[in-house]
Amino acid sequence: MKEQLQKDFYNNIKNLSLSQKDIEIKKFCLDNFIDKGFPNKKEEDWKFSDLNQIIKNNIGELSFYNDQASTNKVDTSVFVDGLEHNKIVFINGRIEKIDFEYEKKDQIEIIDQSETINEFENSNSLSDLNNAFTNKCFKILVKKGYQLAKPLIIYHTTNSKIWSKNINLRLNFELDKDSSLRLIDLFNDASEKNFLNIFYNFELKENAVLKNYKVDKFENKNIKYSFNNIDQDKNSVSETFILSSGSNFSKNEINCNLNGVYASAFVNGVFSLNNDKHHEIRSIINHLTENTKSYQLIKSVLEQSSKAVYQGKIFVNSDAQKTDGYQLSKAILLNKESEFNAKPELEIYADDVKCSHGSASGSLNEDSIFYLMSRGLSYQQSRELLINGFLLDVVEKITDSEIKNLIKNMLGIKE
Amino acid sequence: MDNRQKEINNLKDYKYGFSTDIENIQAPKGLNEDVIKFISNIKKEPAWMLEFRLKAFERFKVLKEPDWQKPKFPKIDYQDLYYYSAPKSMKDKPKSLDELDPKLLETYKKLGIPLQEQARLNGIAVDAVFDSVSVATTFKDELTKQGIIFCPISEAIQNHPELVKKYLGSVIPTSDHFFATLNSAVFTDGSFVYIPEGVRCPMELSTYFRINASNTGQFERTLIIADKGSYVSYLEGCTAPMRDENQLHAANVELIALDDAEIKYSTVQNWYPGDKDGKGGIYNFVTKRGLCKGKNSKISWTQVETGSAITWKYPSCILKGDNSVGEFYSIAITNNHQKADTGTKMIHLGKNTKSKIISKGISAGSSDMTYRGLVDISSKAKNSTNYTQCDSLLMGNKCGAHTVPYIKNKNSESNIAHEATTSKISEEQLHYCQQRGLNPEEAVGLIVNGFCKEVLQQLPMEFAVEAQKLVGISLEGSVG
Repeated sequence: MKEQLQKDFYNNIKNLSLSQKDIEIKKFCLDNFIDKGFPNKKEEDWKFSDLNQIIKNNIGELSFYNDQASTNKVDTSVFVDGLEHNKIVFINGRIEKIDFEYEKKDQIEIIDQSETINEFENSNSLSDLNNAFTNKCFKILVKKGYQLAKPLIIYHTTNSKIWSKNINLRLNFELDKDSSLRLIDLFNDASEKNFLNIFYNFELKENAVLKNYKVDKFENKNIKYSFNNIDQDKNSVSETFILSSGSNFSKNEINCNLNGVYASAFVNGVFSLNNDKHHEIRSIINHLTENTKSYQLIKSVLEQSSKAVYQGKIFVNSDAQKTDGYQLSKAILLNKESEFNAKPELEIYADDVKCSHGSASGSLNEDSIFYLMSRGLSYQQSRELLINGFLLDVVEKITDSEIKNLIKNMLGIKE
Repeated sequence: MDNRQKEINNLKDYKYGFSTDIENIQAPKGLNEDVIKFISNIKKEPAWMLEFRLKAFERFKVLKEPDWQKPKFPKIDYQDLYYYSAPKSMKDKPKSLDELDPKLLETYKKLGIPLQEQARLNGIAVDAVFDSVSVATTFKDELTKQGIIFCPISEAIQNHPELVKKYLGSVIPTSDHFFATLNSAVFTDGSFVYIPEGVRCPMELSTYFRINASNTGQFERTLIIADKGSYVSYLEGCTAPMRDENQLHAANVELIALDDAEIKYSTVQNWYPGDKDGKGGIYNFVTKRGLCKGKNSKISWTQVETGSAITWKYPSCILKGDNSVGEFYSIAITNNHQKADTGTKMIHLGKNTKSKIISKGISAGSSDMTYRGLVDISSKAKNSTNYTQCDSLLMGNKCGAHTVPYIKNKNSESNIAHEATTSKISEEQLHYCQQRGLNPEEAVGLIVNGFCKEVLQQLPMEFAVEAQKLVGISLEGSVG
């Protein structure tokens, strides 16, 4: 893999106009990655999902060079109907379109930060890979007091032109004081056997509100990794919802630092898996100052030989008195072969806190099915109704009603 | 000063911190094949036992000390320890208690275990282990009548080799982790219990461990076998003198329950925890594992962990037999600079297996406490259930409490439920108690005892009283 990485790396930087210093930084990241390789199960955070093995089994040899000289045609049929929205379109990892048509132009600034690299706490070798290979990186700055009128949808589209490729993406967001952003990530893949490696960095200033909805719904054979780093100032709110369903393998990581008082973070997730899919959510909520709050709810419905993993950690610093942290994960295993693993973790250094977690996994409740069937529903209908209700619980946590309806429709959940 | 106050003052410092001057025989310092042969030789062990040890030692040489645990400690120099230390007077083993070195008897009296009196009054059979050897076993005759074997494991190797050979290392193999393997190579003594088919052991069996000599590691090995349809309740207590350096204690405990058998294993661990600045104290790195081998068998662990500078252990159950049950009840209290990383593993292999975990952690001062546990339901363990509850209580903002559960469910017909909370003692509760005339420390003691009640209830009567007192003492000075 080493030769491939180096060859692709030099092919890649050839096309970029980078200063010698920037190249050296990228080279440093590359060497770091070559040194560490893809994460494997010997690393505690990857215990349940051995990415190295998964890539080997599903893709085989990866190549890292993407020719991004020519533009791709934007297929408008993938756009969401019935919801006015701003767009950013990625096709095969290349930014094709940034369009804030519904917003005041002077309130949003798009800054090219391609020469910077990101360094996160609680990160891994994939961030080095990302830093070494991303060509373009933008920062989207929402100015003080501005609240976007319409949501922003980021389309992550891949087409059948690429195969066995590694695609790296990076975006930074800054939400200035009193601003707000609703962001939907929508995955739409017409490709197979690629590895997507996505890093987002959010900076939330005082009173800012971020709502991020990640929707991976459409069946595809790709492998995805996504890392969100969220830094939150005083009074800010972040809400993350993850629908994890379509890809062959997917791991979503969220690292949230609650730096300011009264900041709060919400992470909600749904796994709806079938076949041999293997998905994971890992969240780390760092309560770093007093009076911060976090809430997490993860529900899974697992069919066939699918596997879901939830690793959630609540960290409470010794300064973070009056922390309120809550975490709940529930799973329904519908098949003998399905598997649910959880590691809900608490690490607490302050005494005046209220932290709890719960985790439950098991089969559908036969008594409930009996109850419904005795009222005339078929077995299949009862089952669907119960699963529907089980998942609805999480979807109802979405605070934006427009987007809630959109996601309900996607999941086929009825009220 | 009223009586209670007097009692508290008496107990305020580690009251078991004395050491006894008894002449010792020690193996040469360090760890090598010769030392292992020395131990094996002095115990007049058969050749297969020496082979067992050497095999473990071969394995030990390639193993690395694990480093994933939360409490970090300075590197232990395994060549700087004595692996065998025995009171000289034990060389020709006394036949009865009357022949024991009076100094030894006195030590045990100070510890609150007057062997002679206990032999008559208490109805608990005691096996006392001093440094590395078992010094006295009481009530032997009565137990023998029922066919129960309760003796030092070194005796069992001589007298019941067929049982030892069959079961030793069957739950904790010689190829297990670092400390377990070290124990397999150098273990010196410990208790051996065999309960024959259909016998319900008429009394509590108990072992008292005492580390006396300095620079010694204590490596004892306990093996308990409950044959079909039998029952036994086993207690374990431990203390050590106050010394500035850290001492290593790496024991192995193996339990085997055959069809319909039940083993109840209770520990009150009160090794020397080190002084207020975290100097000295015992490193308690113990491997405890039970195998529910037969159908309908049950193993229940209860532990009260108040001592040791570092406690690092996970009493586990392997639920292999169908319908078998595993239970784990734990109270872990850390104060000053103590550290604990403890919990359990429940491995469900058989059908209809059930497990229950209740863990209560209390940390005060500058201490750190971690609950780490594994619940693993394999794909064949149909219709199994697990319930886990782990609660932590924090006192002061210099201490830490952590929960790291691993939950694996591979069977759709099995259910796992896990709950954990972390909080502090509520002001309201404290206020309520104080309003009714309790001083702050008494109030905390009362609330903490209530918090632990679910676990304390599981202990046999005699131990429950001691444990309750211990809970109070351990938290001494942490309020206010």
